[in-house]
Amino acid sequence: MGRVYPPTPPYEVGREKIREFADAVCATDPVHRDLAEARARGYADVIAPPTFAIILSQQAGQQLVDDQTFGMDYSRVVHGGQTFRYERPIVAGDHLVTVMTVEEISSRAGHAFLTTRHEVSTVEGEAVVTIWTKLVIRGEG
Amino acid sequence: MQVGTEFPAQTFQVTRADLVRYAGASGDFNPIHWSDRVATSVGLPGVIAHGMLTMALAGQAVACWIGGTAAIVEYSTRFANPVVVPDDDKGAEIVINGVVKKQLDDGTTQIDITATCRGDKILGAARALVRAR
Repeated sequence: MGRVYPPTPPYEVGREKIREFADAVCATDPVHRDLAEARARGYADVIAPPTFAIILSQQAGQQLVDDQTFGMDYSRVVHGGQTFRYERPIVAGDHLVTVMTVEEISSRAGHAFLTTRHEVSTVEGEAVVTIWTKLVIRGEG
Repeated sequence: MQVGTEFPAQTFQVTRADLVRYAGASGDFNPIHWSDRVATSVGLPGVIAHGMLTMALAGQAVACWIGGTAAIVEYSTRFANPVVVPDDDKGAEIVINGVVKKQLDDGTTQIDITATCRGDKILGAARALVRAR
């Protein structure tokens, strides 16, 4: 509890990754694909759909999966809840680092509940989005 | 946006192919989203959709409702019931509804979202805070 993991290596946000993600979530707005449209709306490059930030949360969360002291069985993990608080959209060309904090661990009815907070910022130090991820690790029963 | 305004429902059809596409795009390769064998071995009825895919589709509905005139500043949900996606061409149908709940003191507007599949509520306490641009 309260454990803070080291910052992730920078994640470089690519235009094609944003387009691929937009396709996968039926995000039809041209601001996710068309550079001219994104610039006309005041962005430096194409912007990511809101939940794209989950990629950063998962990248940081991998530290938990890899942490042997946690011993988490990934196939038993079910997503309990998710919150994003945005300072601004994620833009292609961003280099993002994520610092993960374990906010809460509890156990109820044979299942484990885990809340992590992920502070995502650019390598230059600009805050971009804060993410809270709630996971349920289902018991063997 | 007037408090009480109900937005038109948005419907999304989610098939196994969509789950594979989302897994690849997001990097979430948890086998409960593509393997019936693993899904049933951990007590699920079968392969289920990524909660984040449902959340993304609901977010897409919000983006459609508010257009380019507002920005989502906060977005949160619980995952109430899993969306079981059968291995056929039809998959599962997800219906998203939304209502303007209230105007907050900080100038944002709260939109409450409901999402159902086969009549079951799949998102709990889903809401987006949006700000006019």
